[in-house]
Amino acid sequence: MVPHNADAMLSLSHLHKSYPGPAPRTILHDINLELVPGDYIAIVGDSGCGKSTLLNLIAGLDLPDSGSVKLHSCDITGLDDNTRTRMRRRDIGFVFQAFLLLPYLTVLDNAALTLKLNGVTHREAQRKAYAELAAVGLSETIHRFPGTLSGGESQRVAVARALAHEPKLVLADEPTGNLDADSAEVVLQLLRDRVKAQRSIGILVTHSSAAAATADRIYRLHHGTLQPA
Amino acid sequence: MNAAIWHALVSGPLRAAPGRSMLAVVAIAIGVALGLAVHLINASAAGEFGRAARQLAGEADLVVQGGRTGFDEQLYPVVATMPGVAAASPVLELEATLHGRRDTLKIIGFDALRALALQPQLAGAGNGARNALFDADAIRLSASAAREMDIVVGGKVNFKVGMQSLTLHVVEILPDTSYRQRLGLMDIAAMQWRFDRTGFINRIDLRLATGVDAETFRRQLQTQLPPGVHAVTPQTDSERGLAVTRAYRLNLDMLALIALFTGTFMVFSSQVLVLLRRRTQIALLRTLGVTRSAVLGWLMAEGALLGLIGGLIGLGGGYVLAVQAMAFAGTDLGADYFRNLNAELIVEPLTLLAFLGLGMASAIIGAAVPAWDAARRQPADELHARDDGDTLHRPLWIAAGLVTMLTGALLALLPPLGGLPLPGYGAIALLLIGAVLLMPALTGILLSPASLPSFPALGLGLAQLKATPRHVAISVAAILVSFSLVVAMLIMVLSFRQSLDSWLDQVLPADLYLRAAASGETALLSPAEQQRIAGTAGVASVAFTRFQSLLIHADQPPLTLIARDLPSEGVSRSLPLVSPPVTVPPGAPPALWISEIAAAVFDWKTGQTVTLPVSGTARTFTVAGIWRDYSRQNGAAIISRDLYRAWTTDASANDAAIRLIHDTSAATAEQALRAALPATAAIEIVSAGTIRKISMGIFDRTFAITWALELAALIVGLFGVSVAFSIQALARRREFGVLRHLGMTRNQISAMLAGEGALTAGVGALSGLAVGTVIGIVLIHVINRQSFHWSMELHMPWLQLLALFIITAACASVTAVLSARSVMRSDTVAAVREDW
Repeated sequence: MVPHNADAMLSLSHLHKSYPGPAPRTILHDINLELVPGDYIAIVGDSGCGKSTLLNLIAGLDLPDSGSVKLHSCDITGLDDNTRTRMRRRDIGFVFQAFLLLPYLTVLDNAALTLKLNGVTHREAQRKAYAELAAVGLSETIHRFPGTLSGGESQRVAVARALAHEPKLVLADEPTGNLDADSAEVVLQLLRDRVKAQRSIGILVTHSSAAAATADRIYRLHHGTLQPA
Repeated sequence: MNAAIWHALVSGPLRAAPGRSMLAVVAIAIGVALGLAVHLINASAAGEFGRAARQLAGEADLVVQGGRTGFDEQLYPVVATMPGVAAASPVLELEATLHGRRDTLKIIGFDALRALALQPQLAGAGNGARNALFDADAIRLSASAAREMDIVVGGKVNFKVGMQSLTLHVVEILPDTSYRQRLGLMDIAAMQWRFDRTGFINRIDLRLATGVDAETFRRQLQTQLPPGVHAVTPQTDSERGLAVTRAYRLNLDMLALIALFTGTFMVFSSQVLVLLRRRTQIALLRTLGVTRSAVLGWLMAEGALLGLIGGLIGLGGGYVLAVQAMAFAGTDLGADYFRNLNAELIVEPLTLLAFLGLGMASAIIGAAVPAWDAARRQPADELHARDDGDTLHRPLWIAAGLVTMLTGALLALLPPLGGLPLPGYGAIALLLIGAVLLMPALTGILLSPASLPSFPALGLGLAQLKATPRHVAISVAAILVSFSLVVAMLIMVLSFRQSLDSWLDQVLPADLYLRAAASGETALLSPAEQQRIAGTAGVASVAFTRFQSLLIHADQPPLTLIARDLPSEGVSRSLPLVSPPVTVPPGAPPALWISEIAAAVFDWKTGQTVTLPVSGTARTFTVAGIWRDYSRQNGAAIISRDLYRAWTTDASANDAAIRLIHDTSAATAEQALRAALPATAAIEIVSAGTIRKISMGIFDRTFAITWALELAALIVGLFGVSVAFSIQALARRREFGVLRHLGMTRNQISAMLAGEGALTAGVGALSGLAVGTVIGIVLIHVINRQSFHWSMELHMPWLQLLALFIITAACASVTAVLSARSVMRSDTVAAVREDW
């Protein structure tokens, strides 16, 4: 039995996930985790250990074989795809290793995209996105296109996009994997600062021990189970 | 080495995404199939027509012939006894009206003994009934005529001569080998008598003595012949018959080739997009040591392979299509040129090879530019290239586009080549190619002022299009090519239809039209019958018409002479004149109103004095005006019937245009008219409305094949759009994954893609509308004028164009969504992690 924290905003309970096939492979086994607003944790593990699968389950992009993922007491595993998508749009921010900015939108439009998807008016979305870009030090680049940015700048735009709509949860999957050491340090610091400032929950998945060290707690995913490192 | 390159560059990617290549193959297959089907039908019809004409001429070296009316038989002994003539055979040939049927039977009357020397296949065919040949009631039928009329030896065939019925007995049915077409054979004297042509023949077949030069003799003989009678070689005779259909057949060929052109463009567009996706792979191969020429060669070979597969499928499809189309629409595909022609589909191996080559060449041409573009790139840059890199943006393309379009415009101003509108077709091709070359720049210009809507799905769609105008241009161009051609045909055909409708209003002023028979040359109204018609109760006035055919030039089809009772208010008001008429001054030759086809074919102008051979005598006329005629494609000329009767003593008539007294109903008048004529007359009486309905029906049937070919081009074009969208959707998998992460539902992504599709189609269709209108104008004022010599007014069918626009945009939207949905079915979420 997992002790229940009444203040938990994200709660993973007895998560199981395996991939079918002639020899089914268990990826996640009895994962339990509770996080409160302001928590900033890192999950580390070897390649193929299931880190990305875990993030997909938390984001509602995939469903577990059993167990629950509760965000604000709502078990998202019982929701249909459209409701999970709307929940993701409203409550989750993503930062990817490859930045994944839309090349045909300006920096400002990229940062404002999730706000607009949430129905925020154009003007308000632009204002909030600008504020977030200013917070990550990119107020001068708002009219540029992603193709003209450096890796570090691109990832800072991605951080701004992930946080502009003030999500409850920020999922960062190897956010520094494509960056040099200096840029990585800046991005990690910004990510932590913005998550803390917004009292969101931050989950950082990484191979890098330096990156993991910026988190409040570190968990290791090994043989399908999640253990404090 | 080569096998490795082949696998890496061609077979591997083809196996990985067979669907992409399949659509290009289908497009080529459709193009080859349509081209081959139309060619096979055309070639078979033309071949059979020529063969039939040659068989009738038999072993003759020269043929002396006049119009259908013929000439005095006294010319025969004159010609037959000329030095250098080894054998001569007089012939009377008629399209005889079959009683109780709407069709006719060609009957040849010859002197069996003389014809043996020249047409042994016909004169000598059959075994028995030689004596019956001279029986005035006897007729021999070809096997196909007997089959079609369901008659056996001993049966009867009823003809209509004047208003009387003539019954002939079938004494023999020729074997299939002697003559394949519908034909009746009679003794010439019996035929002259029974068909009321005593003293007239319309052909003399000549065989020259050994050593006599045919051309020298022909020129010498021509000087001795009366006006309207010409000495020609059998080949000229056959070619003259085919010349009428040449422009029509070329038009069909060109329409069919449009589908192949669209197929070429599809290969081009799919290869451009696919090679964009494979830029890094190609750069890697170049880095590993594959030469530029090897990349170019193998990518071209890929095009050839697609062309070969598409071509082979197209050959099979083309043959099946040809068989079906010939069974459904006849050897002239609905145009009524070869109404009674029985032709078998003849497939020559060389023809198949040529169309296979055409399919392969189309695919190679389509693959060449993208292959060259891929081969010339620097591998160092391309190794780190992304999918969204811009291509096709070359100032050179814009310049080339403008120059191509300008050259096209200049070509449209050139006269026909060899009587065919080849520069006009060249103009259309260049206008299209030029427009395609300009598409990347034009798409950028059209999209740049559009502001992003606040609705995220549409905003994202528009932003994507604005950021990648060169990619969008590929899809836009696919729509442009097919849409502009459909627009052009729509404008041309509906302008023609509208012009025909207005023309019918003018040429059908009477209440009822009475015809001696629906078709054929032997049914006529005698003066006594004309009087009875004029005196029928309820008839206010009647204008009678007599048609004759005049051979003006040996190598031109005969002109129709229309001798008409001219209206008292003057001809000018009752004719659809295309230019101001002239008043014939007193003492000048009498007035002649010529159709615009006659004006073009014989180069006659208003006010000019021209000579026509009327009943063997050269008569001079003043061209008083030029009128529009959509019903006689060989040209026609109208003269006063009073004048005609005075010159020829022929007082009979073919048609009567009847105006009724105000309160007389058409049905009552028709009843009275039938009662006034012999019961055997079997006349045809129709209202102007019925003629209009029949005429429009014939028009629609003639253009049915055109619409079918255009529809095929449009479908191939939509294939192109589908290919472009599919490839782009594949390239955007990761983008869709990101959008799904960020909270866009599948429906929102679909809406975004539908918007992109609609916008792409909108830009393509708008450009297509502009280019199509220009091509439509070229079709109306260049192709039609040079092909058929008739004019028409430009009518823009806005409603139909709007409907077409909406349908195309909707199809493109659906295509875009379907293409993306198939991609989204795979794990787009995982796609965001590709390349990590």
